[in-house]
Amino acid sequence: MDFTLSDDRQALVDVLGRFIRERYTLALRHKASQDAPGHDQATWQQLAEIGVIGALFDEEFGGFAGSPYDLIAIFETLGHGLVSEPVMPVLMAGTILEQARPDLLEDIIAGQSIVVPALFEAGGRYDHTIIQTRAVNTGSGFTLDGSKAVVAHAEAANALIVSATDESGSAGLYLVPTDAEGVFIRGYPGNDGSRAAEISLTNVALDEGARLGDIALADAAIAKGRLALCAEALGIAEWLKTATLDYLKTRVQFGKPIGSNQALQHRMVEMVVRIEQMRSAVINAAAAMDGNGGGTDTTARDRAISAAKYTVGNNGIEVAEESIQMHGGIGMTMELDMTHFARRAVLIDHQLGDADHHLASYIASAAAA
Amino acid sequence: MDLSFSPEEQAFRDEVRDFLKSELPARLSDKVRTGKHLDKAEIEEWQAILSRKGWLAPHWPKEYGGQGWSVVQRYLYDIETSQAHAPHVVPFGLSMLAPVLIAFGSQEQKDHWLPRMLNGDDWWCQGYSEPGAGSDLANVRTAAIRDGDEYVVNGQKTWTTLGQHANMMFCLVRTDTDGPRQQGISFLLVDMEAPGVEVRPIITLDGGHEVNEVFFTDVRVPAENLVGEEGRGWTYAKYLLTYERTSMAAIGSSKAGLAWLKSIARAEMANGKPLIEDALFAARLARVEIELANLETTTLRVVASAAQGGAPGAESSILKIKGSEIRQEISSLARRAIGPYAQPFPPEIDVEGSNEPAIGPDYAGVITPNYLNLRKLTIFGGSNEIQKNIISKAVLGL
Ligand SMILES: Cc1cc2nc3c(=O)[nH]c(=O)nc-3n(C[C@H](O)[C@H](O)[C@H](O)COP(=O)(O)OP(=O)(O)OC[C@H]3O[C@@H](n4cnc5c(N)ncnc54)[C@H](O)[C@@H]3O)c2cc1C
Repeated sequence: MDFTLSDDRQALVDVLGRFIRERYTLALRHKASQDAPGHDQATWQQLAEIGVIGALFDEEFGGFAGSPYDLIAIFETLGHGLVSEPVMPVLMAGTILEQARPDLLEDIIAGQSIVVPALFEAGGRYDHTIIQTRAVNTGSGFTLDGSKAVVAHAEAANALIVSATDESGSAGLYLVPTDAEGVFIRGYPGNDGSRAAEISLTNVALDEGARLGDIALADAAIAKGRLALCAEALGIAEWLKTATLDYLKTRVQFGKPIGSNQALQHRMVEMVVRIEQMRSAVINAAAAMDGNGGGTDTTARDRAISAAKYTVGNNGIEVAEESIQMHGGIGMTMELDMTHFARRAVLIDHQLGDADHHLASYIASAAAA
Repeated sequence: MDLSFSPEEQAFRDEVRDFLKSELPARLSDKVRTGKHLDKAEIEEWQAILSRKGWLAPHWPKEYGGQGWSVVQRYLYDIETSQAHAPHVVPFGLSMLAPVLIAFGSQEQKDHWLPRMLNGDDWWCQGYSEPGAGSDLANVRTAAIRDGDEYVVNGQKTWTTLGQHANMMFCLVRTDTDGPRQQGISFLLVDMEAPGVEVRPIITLDGGHEVNEVFFTDVRVPAENLVGEEGRGWTYAKYLLTYERTSMAAIGSSKAGLAWLKSIARAEMANGKPLIEDALFAARLARVEIELANLETTTLRVVASAAQGGAPGAESSILKIKGSEIRQEISSLARRAIGPYAQPFPPEIDVEGSNEPAIGPDYAGVITPNYLNLRKLTIFGGSNEIQKNIISKAVLGL
């Protein structure tokens, strides 16, 4: 048994970590979230240069890594720096394109092109198979009508991968350039300081090649997206733990550090235990995805992913709320870095299925087994 | 044992309900119900309506313009106004300072300040906390040095709620640096418009501005603004902290919040059916509803004992702990209920007259900021950890 990273992966994570510490500030993140494109383009270029985007994909597709273990190492590091760049959406879109349009990956890996998935709709909550968006085959191509909800980093993208149902009732994925006529993107800042958008599609004309394939292509992408979010949440929780521990040691009330009160010591220990459980859940999920090895039986993978998303969702929120509470009044202020991490730790549970959604999936999957 | 209210109490409740039905503007109650922020003018509008009815400070003794209501009446009034989504009355003057003035103030202070409160002439804020004095309130450092018939005040207060609207602050200041810390603290009324007072906003994690830092540089305060005796401020502050016992549970707010939450859970769909029928969500909802029903009876037991003249004890700490936890949980469930739409932070939804359509369901925009904002409930008013320390020492003798 070996829980350590390979030397190559450790080196990448070290470079990424150093880059974040030295170059990526929360001020930069905040500024980027105020308006389109909603992320920092210079940062994106540098992430491409140090190989972060390439590390999301296998050599076969022009990348150099892409295993689940690579993903969790990268996303934990991004979480620890509260990086709000479209890495997770690009991972998801790229996973779909690996199967459908591998030729597009080169530009993505080079940081020249950003493609993000737009798979969820307002009425569908966390279920991407509830699709109202319609695709009509015109003989020479397709037209799309409908809308997509809370699409992370849509404004940064030059193309979207949109799900739609055609006349025969079959759901498919379509590549939609964001500058196509009829695509309207309404961007906004999120409560976690990252950026998302509502998308409406009105009579959007696409050529024949726009259909990427069946909706099932999205499954692997969603699984990887969830794994990435779990790892990101873990990195955030680790950061919150360090910041809160530091505060307990330095904030003095009643003539002594507040951390000398056993009531808070035990709360801090609870936090540590939670984070260890989160880490193990993330490792379990990566192992299940790795074990699946591209096979078709994805039940075990999805169950482990749900277990992780459930564990990370509930515990991540708990870690965030405890961090705020143990900081007292100062923990309520926008000025403190900590609260930005805490807000993201809470809102991450609202992406790709919350703890309840995944607990229900786990129960259903376990009952079927 | 009989848990029902007496016929007189029920008649009183009906009177409150009738009043709210005819006098509470829907414009205001709609905002409160949907979690929107009220501006200063709207709060003052409602306070003026209450004042005309004589209900702005019903808990004051009759001789000062109150109604001298019993604890039961006050409890019923709290519940009814919250459930009708009436705006909250700003408590700092009416509920926090007034009882201290009535108990310890001079006749001149009572004659001057109390009628002004009923008139809405002053907006009071509470200046207790400082950067170094939060849970450890006795650590206040803001200095007030006597100079003839004035005090010269230097120092800093923080977390001052709605200080941006206030023209007056009651604060704890240090008038003596020798001896036990508690004995050097005095209770002083400071004019926020006096030279040397500077108010700076603090933006909270929900993006709102409700608290401030307040800096004092050589602020001259007339000595007649000292309440009671010099050096006894700590005693007065303690008196104030135990004064409001039953409102701490915020039963009315939680009931109103729960009703709102249920309406959202009926509107939201999950897996093809209303969220309120989702097994896991329904379980979460049931748990908080049961907790609230239990806390309501706990509160009533405290109310009944206080009605019989029971001494204030650690009950207020129990009510504060459970009441704040329940309100927070309701706000968490609302966040959970709206799923992906917990994410958008559209500031324009709170702007009057904006014609931008809401992002997602129209109830969604305020929910995450509200959830984040209510993290304060377990921090202020004596944090829940401090309340637990009080119970373990004072009640359990640990
Ligand atoms: C939104 C908001 C509005 C406020 N409004 C006002 C106002 O209008 N006027 C005013 O004067 N103040 C106000 N306050 C201040 C509030 O009363 C203080 O924040 C509170 O007393 C806690 O103090 P602190 O923030 O310094 O935290 P600290 O005292 O530093 O506490 C930090 C953490 O340590 C814990 N802790 C501290 N001591 C102990 C102990 N002995 N044992 C166990 N745990 C302990 C606390 O519970 C907390 O979790 C407000 C605060 C907030 C957040």
